[in-house]
Amino acid sequence: MDKMPKWADVILTPLISLFLAFAISALVILAIGESPWEALKTMVTGALGSSYGWGFTLYYTTNFIFTGLAVAVAYHASLFNIGGEGQAGLGGLGVALVCLFIPWPHWSLALLGAIAGGALFGAAWAYIPAILQAKRGSHIVITTIMFNFIAAALLNWALVNWLRPVGSMDPASANFPAATHLPKITDMFAGVGIEWGNHTPANVTFFVALLACVGVWLLIWRTRLGYEIRAFGKSETAARYAGISPTRITVIAMLISGGLAGMMATNNVMGEAERLVLNNVEGAGFIGIAVALMGRNHPFGVLLAALLFGFLYQGGGELALWTSIPRELIIVIQALVILFTGALDNMVRMPLERFFTARRLGKRA
Amino acid sequence: MKSGGPGSAPQSVAPAIELVGISKSFGPVQANKDINLTVARGSIHGIIGENGAGKSTLMSILYGFYKPDSGEIRINGKPIQITDSMTAIRAGIGMVFQHFKLVRNFTVLENIILGAEDGPMLRPSLARARTRLRELAEEYELQVDPDETIDELSVGHQQRVEILKALYRQADILILDEPTGVLTPAEADHLFRILNGLRDEGKTIILITHKLREIMEITDTVSVMRRGEMVASVSTAETSPEELAELMVGRKVLLEVDKSPAQPGDPVLEVRDLRMIDDEKVERIRGVSFDIRAGEIVGIAGVSGNGQTQLLELLGGFPENGAQVTGEIRLNGQPLDLSGRHSDAATRRARGIGHVPEDRQDEGLIMDFAAWENVAFGYHNTPEYSNGIWLDRKAIRADAEGKIERFDVRPPNPELAARNFSGGNQQKIVVAREVERNPDLLLIGQPTRGVDIGAIEFIHKRIVELRDAGKAVLLVSVELDEIMSLSDRVLVMFDGMIMGERDPEATSAGELGLLMAGVTDTENAPKEAGVPPEHGHPADHPDEPTAAPEGRL
Repeated sequence: MDKMPKWADVILTPLISLFLAFAISALVILAIGESPWEALKTMVTGALGSSYGWGFTLYYTTNFIFTGLAVAVAYHASLFNIGGEGQAGLGGLGVALVCLFIPWPHWSLALLGAIAGGALFGAAWAYIPAILQAKRGSHIVITTIMFNFIAAALLNWALVNWLRPVGSMDPASANFPAATHLPKITDMFAGVGIEWGNHTPANVTFFVALLACVGVWLLIWRTRLGYEIRAFGKSETAARYAGISPTRITVIAMLISGGLAGMMATNNVMGEAERLVLNNVEGAGFIGIAVALMGRNHPFGVLLAALLFGFLYQGGGELALWTSIPRELIIVIQALVILFTGALDNMVRMPLERFFTARRLGKRA
Repeated sequence: MKSGGPGSAPQSVAPAIELVGISKSFGPVQANKDINLTVARGSIHGIIGENGAGKSTLMSILYGFYKPDSGEIRINGKPIQITDSMTAIRAGIGMVFQHFKLVRNFTVLENIILGAEDGPMLRPSLARARTRLRELAEEYELQVDPDETIDELSVGHQQRVEILKALYRQADILILDEPTGVLTPAEADHLFRILNGLRDEGKTIILITHKLREIMEITDTVSVMRRGEMVASVSTAETSPEELAELMVGRKVLLEVDKSPAQPGDPVLEVRDLRMIDDEKVERIRGVSFDIRAGEIVGIAGVSGNGQTQLLELLGGFPENGAQVTGEIRLNGQPLDLSGRHSDAATRRARGIGHVPEDRQDEGLIMDFAAWENVAFGYHNTPEYSNGIWLDRKAIRADAEGKIERFDVRPPNPELAARNFSGGNQQKIVVAREVERNPDLLLIGQPTRGVDIGAIEFIHKRIVELRDAGKAVLLVSVELDEIMSLSDRVLVMFDGMIMGERDPEATSAGELGLLMAGVTDTENAPKEAGVPPEHGHPADHPDEPTAAPEGRL
């Protein structure tokens, strides 16, 4: 018997957590002498009130879908991959190499190539921690976080010594050739004669992210591999009893996870910057952890949570632009959301479970 | 019943324990329903009931692990709120759990004082404990080496440490939860002598068990629980095992297994000099050789922890991580890989070995998976259940519905997660999955542990049917009764070795008990034999007399 109805588990719990996070944020904003109502209005109009706002919100959302899915897939195998930041960074290198060194005739082919390149590099970066975990028992949390730093250093080296165009002072690669430039959502709307979100970075990879959600859902709940991943995640002994190799599943789950994180680079590196710059991931790898937690590791939940964080990112930027609320405070708000939806999940869940159990017992009696 | 309550005249001796109207529910499950219980001081009181009847919940309430939803507890006539185990200990209640709560790498002495230290410095506490331990050992036959680490001790001795721990905390009321599950018959007799001694000293003892024989043998009074309710409280002298069994189940039960003599054919499984050294370099299986032929059930008896678990897991294809396996195993005449890629459980299944594991909750099932998903567990890559890279969910569901019907799994809902079925129904799911694959060899460990009596009959019948269909069955169980009634041949394991083989028709529980304790000379064994040596792995202590198996097969 489940403790509470599914809708309460999936929708009510995160909503209450979110409400609590916003309530405390409001108190903080009050404490520095600003109006929380004004702040909320600025955030909502800035992120969702115009097609311009949406253009940025969806861009951030795309990033968070990829990194959130990456965390979710690993989580189903009971692996906590917090190396999304590094894997996405390496994915950026893969995407850059594909775009710079292969002459693509059309953006669609370039996108396919970049997806492959980003996924390959991201997966490769996840492979080393995976094999260390599977064969040597080195804890994946420790190794993946260390690999974030190594990835940052490696990218730095690659950009400064290798990809930087001759004569440039900027540690960034050359601009990608025009044939690899992805159509923005703006262009797609313009194609049917609607003006939407001019000068915004949301691009075609948003749809790739949506496809990735469907793909992950199919993988986890419909394939034999997904069955093995979930079984292994629930109990390693039981998996071994069933003839499922822990080594194989650990490695495969991490490869898929790293690959998804690496695919994020098709959005930020290829779709937006159109060149590889330092620190291109900008923390999206870590946000992915919160997104997966809040989305309960379900692709649809990840999509919703990614939208929320996209909104917070864009709305936060607007807040800093139009009010005297300092930028640091936006990070406080984001942190509160992560704290309540991720870390303090049980604080809301347990009273709710008690409530629903009591109600059901009451009904029965 | 109501004596000792406020307002009534104080009796000469108040009962040691009185529970009045105790109820406790977990979510929608009512684990204890309005329980009344009175236990007189200086008596041994048995509580029997099937698994899930609410015995353990009741005792956990008494020990402060759970808070009752309603009801009152009185100790020696005084009402008391037991909010945690410290309160319980202070009230003079000691508990010996089924799974010992000992720090395995601490010595006996360190375990005894843990949580009962006299001050910040350990030395005075240890010295006091040592003296007290010596007194207790002499008084109650509870000898155990105070400086040995728990890991080195046999299970029986670990249990003594638990009892000593309670006595050291001056327990007047001792609760033992299924204490004989891990003991040889002789050890159980010894335990009962200890308990009798404690009772004669005026201590009160509550014995929780599902074994009717023990209730009849040692208790003064007995209570029967069924589905969270106390259905009877009677004096042991005035009842019979048959009556108790009926009270437990609520209907008449067949306690015997109905089977015809075996018609053994060719050997299906041949094991030669099998050895396994675990990750910590302990040899868990020490040169085991035996055969199982088609159409026979071979039972392995033994106190748990003597290598049976490792043997089953190894044959099933999943020895613990880091284990080194040597020797030879042949199935239908063909050798099986003992290491490398083709030694895994998937290969074993493909070769025709079915396995109902000892621990269905952590091995045999994924508790969060629906029943239908568990029906494919281990066989999810077979053509019947798969479709390219996809799981054939329709086929699995259809098969699950059939299995649920044929094995009478209740509730008959394939969508329900495994954890929401009772132990017996979980086991039926596992047995249905493994038996219906029609394996040449079925490994089955503790087939009826935590399974209600109704399901036991059913599962035993399926095992015998498989045998009658000409398949080989290897049965491991710590329940001697089960081994003796189900097996066609019995092998006894002790310390990783097979001590000997017996015909269940021609042997006795006493003789098997001697073998389980490492005594092979069963004809001339002295009366006090049958208690295993103090150390868990006597073969690793060459200075002490080491048991040696009878002549190899």
